[in-house]
Amino acid sequence: MPTVVIPSVLRQYTLEQAELRLPDRSAMTLASIFDQLAEDFPAFNRKVRDETGALRRFVNVYLDGEESRRLNGLESEVRAGAEVLIIQSVAGG
Amino acid sequence: MNSSNSVVLAIGTKKGLWLAQSEDRQHWRVSEPHFFMQEIPSIAIDTRQGCRLMVGVRSEHWGPTVAHSDDLGSTWTEPEEGAIRFAATDDAALERVWQLQPGGAHEPGVVWAGCEPISVWKSTDGGEHFELNRGLWDHPHRSEWGAGFGGAAVHTVLPPTENSERVLVAMSTGGVYRSEDGGTSWQPRNQGISAYFMPDPQPEFGQCVHKIARDAGTASTLYAQNHHGVYRSEDNGDHWGSIADGLPADFGFVMLTHPRRAGTAWVIPIKADGERIPPEGKLAVHRTDDGGSSWKRLDQGLPQFEYNVVLRDAAAVDDAETVGVYFGTRGGSVYASADEGESFSEVLSHLPDVLCVRAAVVQV
Repeated sequence: MPTVVIPSVLRQYTLEQAELRLPDRSAMTLASIFDQLAEDFPAFNRKVRDETGALRRFVNVYLDGEESRRLNGLESEVRAGAEVLIIQSVAGG
Repeated sequence: MNSSNSVVLAIGTKKGLWLAQSEDRQHWRVSEPHFFMQEIPSIAIDTRQGCRLMVGVRSEHWGPTVAHSDDLGSTWTEPEEGAIRFAATDDAALERVWQLQPGGAHEPGVVWAGCEPISVWKSTDGGEHFELNRGLWDHPHRSEWGAGFGGAAVHTVLPPTENSERVLVAMSTGGVYRSEDGGTSWQPRNQGISAYFMPDPQPEFGQCVHKIARDAGTASTLYAQNHHGVYRSEDNGDHWGSIADGLPADFGFVMLTHPRRAGTAWVIPIKADGERIPPEGKLAVHRTDDGGSSWKRLDQGLPQFEYNVVLRDAAAVDDAETVGVYFGTRGGSVYASADEGESFSEVLSHLPDVLCVRAAVVQV
């Protein structure tokens, strides 16, 4: 089962859970994982994706340590046991 | 004002919301910031039934939303599904909520919103859920509307008055549009308003109107602050005539009208459009009491060395017996007048950029 790690700033939208484990399904993608999460946590989903389903500009999703925009974006395939990290961009300095 | 009344002043900035409260509009108790490190582009204080604060909130990372509070900011509620959200079939995403405007006293619960991308929304449950206005969203002019400096947005909504279904909006850029049927259909209403930056300086639409407001005495009389030009219409926007004579500059973002007295409006002139500063670096409000025929300069208590501007919603009036006038600058200062602008005092300074200001008398 893939694990989605929730950053502290978004835990208010996931009942303070820091990790969410999702049941395995066939042909999982990042998009389908966020669709699943949206059913239980719609506000969380809105913080990560906009109404078109696109990842928000300054939100980075790492799939097994790889930034998803370097893979196939939200259509990247997710294996059983994968780790999904959500990290906000840091700007300025 | 009796002793149980208080004025709430809500200040939205680039980095959060500050709430101030006062019984005399001279001495203020100021809250800690709410929604800290998030942008607050819009505020409404709805006193039609109790007191509900509504704010448009925007995080650079996590996107825009609307939240409300029924206890003067002690607690906030953000609807789980999102108060304003495009449908997947619209192929659009909300960028910012630029205007939250409660409807008239005759329709408590109705709240209108103006948003970026250019869209109008209506709530009938006090701002908890909004529905996209299809009449404007599907308008054939949409492909020709451009983006003003502040983004492509509806930034002003004038809801219907009692016994009317007339709604007006102002957008950047597109100008003024009016609906006679509660929002089902819309027509441009910009005749007389200049768009000097366009090939046709008097186009049907495409003007960069910055703010419109309704006269207190006659619902069909409107005032507009344009990107160059200050105008009045006496026929619901069918025709606009200039009322800029007597002002030190005809650029600005603010247009306020008195809640009860006909013919009274306030502007804050800015020298522009290349400079965008108070004329000569001296901040002043100008008030008309005769519908724009003449203007009175009001600068007592205001800095005579100030190069920051006041944005379109960064000014407000309250509804006290003697109306209060309030505004904030991009330099983070906030000023209040308890006497319709005759004299101002500083409420706060060194805030982040002030984007919007609202004030209202509330029972405490």
